[in-house]
Amino acid sequence: MTSPVPAWCLATVLLGTALLYLLGVVAVRRRGGWWPAGRAACWAAGHVAAAAALLGPPAHAAHHDFTAQMTGHLLLGMITPLLLVLAAPVTLALRALPVARARTLSHLLASRPVRTLTHPVTAALLNGGGLGALYLTGLHRAMGEHAGVNVAVHAHVVLAGYLFTAAIAGVDPAPHRPGPRVRAAALIAFLAAHAILAKHLYGHPPAGVLPADARAGAQLMYYGGDAVDLALIVVFCRQWYRAADPRRRDRPVTPRIPHQRPPRAPWRLPAPVAADRG
Amino acid sequence: MPAIARLDDTRPAVATGRNVLSGALLGLGTAAFADEVIFHQLLHWHHFYDRSTPAIGLVSDGLFHAFSWFATVAALFLLADLRRRAAFSAARWWGGLLLGSGGFQLYDGTLQHKVMGLHQIRYDVDLTAYDWTWNVIAALLVAAGAALLVRARRTP
Repeated sequence: MTSPVPAWCLATVLLGTALLYLLGVVAVRRRGGWWPAGRAACWAAGHVAAAAALLGPPAHAAHHDFTAQMTGHLLLGMITPLLLVLAAPVTLALRALPVARARTLSHLLASRPVRTLTHPVTAALLNGGGLGALYLTGLHRAMGEHAGVNVAVHAHVVLAGYLFTAAIAGVDPAPHRPGPRVRAAALIAFLAAHAILAKHLYGHPPAGVLPADARAGAQLMYYGGDAVDLALIVVFCRQWYRAADPRRRDRPVTPRIPHQRPPRAPWRLPAPVAADRG
Repeated sequence: MPAIARLDDTRPAVATGRNVLSGALLGLGTAAFADEVIFHQLLHWHHFYDRSTPAIGLVSDGLFHAFSWFATVAALFLLADLRRRAAFSAARWWGGLLLGSGGFQLYDGTLQHKVMGLHQIRYDVDLTAYDWTWNVIAALLVAAGAALLVRARRTP
């Protein structure tokens, strides 16, 4: 994925969003709150994946190197969004912002346009439709010729990927999210579209791509997509498993990310059997 | 957490369906996974995609691939849920597993390979022996699964 935007510009944007998250964590801690280090690590890892796609080897490969482009697509459209979603940026924003602003944000997230946009079916259509438009129409060729199209495609890949991942298995609060069946159906439909598109590209290379290159890229899209989707499916199923815990009813409702560090049970040697004490 | 639950009357009524479902989903996922690894990647008998595949075969293949991938993971979480509730029934679960794997292989061998012309088991050979072996094994798996489920039903 060659980029017409200068590298320093992309690096500044990535550093900016990474620092914004860090500021949020600092604000939460200053108020005496707690934020899991794992979430911050996810945010950082997501930025590393995005930087690898936009500034690393896939970005420097020639426009005709389809396999390198597909590596960039996997990093930017699937791995980055999953890591960013797991970092729970909305929860962090709600906790870090002053109460009035946090309330505005939560009203905005509950508004009808945002609810429609974050519905799993809408998000799957945006994500899958974007992929289809990129590889089945002249968009792929236009990307190499017009800088504006290139930037728009990259932005759409990240945003639609984030929207879809959040709609399926987001950890941020989503009070209007449909039940697991609708989300599972949207996930399976998207996986199927991804697999069908990969096999189609194997036999029908996009304009300007050599057949051997298209075959390698298509197989990377198919199996690489499966690998990332496995992680997404595990996150989705784990959420169902925890929500369906029969002992859950007896426990008080706790937020997904507690305000204070949960107490760590100290490790102890197993208690000796009474007879051994002798 | 208890080990495999003993058969007793305190088991929730919903467990039969969940045991069969969990087994069937894992059976389907395992059969699809074995097909992919053994015949596509190790033996190279099947093609990743041959251009002669009609669109309907490609769509059916994509949907089954996505569903079986999801089913494998979902089945394992369902199994964990059954164990957590002490509602696991080995006979029903294995019956479902055999039914699921045999059902997928039968669907793949008859509808996907023959009716939709997705791809063949092997190329440049006489297919008769391959097709019969494939589908007879599938039918045997289905029969064994059904027999297990019928027996589990008779002996509560």
